[in-house]
Amino acid sequence: MNRSLRPLAATAVIFILAYAAAAFQFPTLVSTRVLGNFLTDNAFLGITAVGMTFVILSGGIDLSVGAVIGFTGVFVAVMISWGGYHPAVAFAIALAVSAAFGAAMGAAIHWLKVPSFIVTLAGMFLARGAASVISADSIPINHEIYDWISQAYWKMPGGGRLSMIGGVMVLVFVLGALLAHRTRFGANVYALGGNAHSAELMGVPIGRTTILIYTLSSTLAGLSGIVFSLYTQAGYSLSAVGVELDAIGAVVIGGTLLTGGYGFVAGTFIGVMLMGLVQTYIIFDGTLSSWWTKIVIGVLLFMFILLQRLVFRAQAARA
Amino acid sequence: MGGISMEPMLQGRGLGKVFGAHQALAGVDIDLFPGEVHALLGENGAGKSTLIKILTGAYQPDSGAVVLEGAEVAFRDPLQAQAAGIGTVYQEVNLVPNLSVAENLYLGHQPMRWGMLNKRAMHDGAREILAGYGLEIDVRAELGSFSVAVQQIVAIARAVKLSGKVLVLDEPTASLDRAEVESLFEVIAKLKARGLAVVFITHFLDQVFAIADRVTVLRNGKLVSTQAISGLSRTDVVRMMLGKDVVFAHSPVTEIGASGPALAEFKGLGRKGSVAPFDLTLHQGEVVGVAGLLGSGRTEMARLMFGVDLADTGSISLGGPLTLRSPRQAVAAGMGFCPEDRKVDGIFGELSVRENIVIALQAKLGWFKALSRDEQDDIAGRFAEALDIRAADHNMPVKLLSGGNQQKVILARWMAIDPKLLILDEPTRGIDVGAHAEIVRTINRLREDGLALLVISSELDEVVAYSSRVVVMRDRAMVAELKGADIAPQVIVQAIAAQEAP
Ligand SMILES: Nc1ncnc2c1ncn2[C@@H]1O[C@H](COP(=O)(O)OP(=O)(O)OP(=O)(O)O)[C@@H](O)[C@H]1O
Ligand SMILES: [Mg+2]
Repeated sequence: MNRSLRPLAATAVIFILAYAAAAFQFPTLVSTRVLGNFLTDNAFLGITAVGMTFVILSGGIDLSVGAVIGFTGVFVAVMISWGGYHPAVAFAIALAVSAAFGAAMGAAIHWLKVPSFIVTLAGMFLARGAASVISADSIPINHEIYDWISQAYWKMPGGGRLSMIGGVMVLVFVLGALLAHRTRFGANVYALGGNAHSAELMGVPIGRTTILIYTLSSTLAGLSGIVFSLYTQAGYSLSAVGVELDAIGAVVIGGTLLTGGYGFVAGTFIGVMLMGLVQTYIIFDGTLSSWWTKIVIGVLLFMFILLQRLVFRAQAARA
Repeated sequence: MGGISMEPMLQGRGLGKVFGAHQALAGVDIDLFPGEVHALLGENGAGKSTLIKILTGAYQPDSGAVVLEGAEVAFRDPLQAQAAGIGTVYQEVNLVPNLSVAENLYLGHQPMRWGMLNKRAMHDGAREILAGYGLEIDVRAELGSFSVAVQQIVAIARAVKLSGKVLVLDEPTASLDRAEVESLFEVIAKLKARGLAVVFITHFLDQVFAIADRVTVLRNGKLVSTQAISGLSRTDVVRMMLGKDVVFAHSPVTEIGASGPALAEFKGLGRKGSVAPFDLTLHQGEVVGVAGLLGSGRTEMARLMFGVDLADTGSISLGGPLTLRSPRQAVAAGMGFCPEDRKVDGIFGELSVRENIVIALQAKLGWFKALSRDEQDDIAGRFAEALDIRAADHNMPVKLLSGGNQQKVILARWMAIDPKLLILDEPTRGIDVGAHAEIVRTINRLREDGLALLVISSELDEVVAYSSRVVVMRDRAMVAELKGADIAPQVIVQAIAAQEAP
């Protein structure tokens, strides 16, 4: 088997086993209703994780996404609740702002040759700070469009509801997978993660690709911020703190190599689902503290990094 | 090629390039005509790679101009040069290991359908292209899972595919075997007939005389001359490169048998799927040459002996029984190993020349016995001189050295640990004629100092020049051991070829 498929297969197997075990204990877990909630509850994380997948595939990291979610939420809330703009206008401007923010970070990473870690860390402080400056308090959003969107759903067979925001996440995953595996841009991202110097000599437009990667990640974080504001019906500057780490976790658990070059968008989907499953299980159980979610995810992450090491080491020894 | 009134396809006019305080290239002119194979020659560090990097947009010239079909061009990056029909295989790593073979061939030029990559067309196309090089492999498999030779062919195939006008090959044959070189030459001949200009850099003079029409020689960043090959002899070429004559130290080792006591014994050492069990005893003051085709198990044998791969049968004794679980133990026991693929396995690009030279010695001493800066400078200076390593300064990062000089740095690293047994895998690959003779001399000197050496090489003339014994590998097994008068190229070739499947 292709070595980059192995961690993906491992994630899939672990997910199936974990799901089976959880379902055995709580048979009600096996319903499209739970699945529907699952998708809705993890929509904002999933959307962010798609962008993060591209960043990590290219060998970088984006620490600013959680802050961009928070900023977008506040920005949208202010425009709608204080400015009286139509949500569609607010969304469009918010997406444009986050895209420009990502492009600027990408440009800094490429032209100033500063590691992505540093640039996006600065971006994180900047976005979080800007959100707090606009408003330190939570701003509720009351608009009929908001009510309508958050109630819109498609009834799945079995009575579960696929909400609009859950649907958006699924769509982002499908488009993300096509972008990664079926376009020249996607191939360039992998090439960058494999060996940036060779990629450059092969004629990959390194600068443009880097800028696009961070633009994509930030735009998706912006979209995720909008989804989050739909989910909570408010904008709050301190929301989604630490989501960047959850997203990185989902990507790595999903089988993408943290050093870049190997991985799949579909793997990230399973990663998000696995993290969601752990959370759902703990809620169903009712006796465990929610901190157990973090512990289990920590253990999973550790296992996956170990697994990847082993897979890639074994391969290197044979080559 | 005639080319009386023909216009050059690509020209460099007065090209110059300065790195820091070092003038790597000064006022070099070069004309490449359609339908010619143009060899670019020079010692390690002469500026060959720098020149072609300027011609192909990877570097910007500090002075001079690049002219394509009569019009001045300024390529900002290799992509623009590609778009203008110039395909290049650079000396360093050229492809990305994590993509599939087909993706590497097509990166940036993938066939599309409905706005999406057409993978089917890409795989079919890749299979067809590689078949033209006699390569039938799974083009969907990751490139990194193939041997260096296969990767090199893929890199060449990609460059050829992209070259509508000019094809540039910087030491493309360094890791290819004879048959692969032949098929590359056939491809070059076809391109030449199609009217492309081909630039070919190599240190193998035989290959230059086999395919080049003209040669341009550089020395210390300056143009020595450009001449038609027809009027030149090997000696002329070497003299142009070095600015003096070299004497090849090809006096076969006669006083063999006189080698000292047994130093290391490898008994029945083997690994499934890698090398069949073999016996080998090395004596002090002896050089054992290893001959065999690429892929015959030569490198695998060396890796087993050094503990890079773990043996599943056999025993080793080196001043007492030794069980190797890692190369570190091998180093501790007094072994050194200079691997074949130095681009991948050996160089710490960011570290300085000095650090690269002392690193193995330091590791052997243990980190508590740190070498002082003076000691480091002394050691680095000594070996840099012995091997004629050309670097402006021993504190510059190794990655800025020319390819051949990087190889000498790794050789120096292993010589510095003062090993009892030194394993060298293709020590003269990519090294110029002058340094070549120097390395052969060094091997002989180390032998006289009482070291045992195992030297793997494809160049039989060279094996003959320093070996006291030659073992021959074929199909992943040791098939012959030659001594005395049998150490001659013809005998070795016979042993390599004997009973080979038709
Ligand atoms: N990026 C760089 N920075 C500093 N010095 C450099 C750089 N690239 C090359 N050099 C120096 O320029 C000189 C010419 O190097 P170049 O790589 O062109 O040699 P070459 O003729 O290709 O040699 P080889 O046969 O060993 O490949 C060398 O002295 C090298 O150290
Ligand atoms: Mg070179």
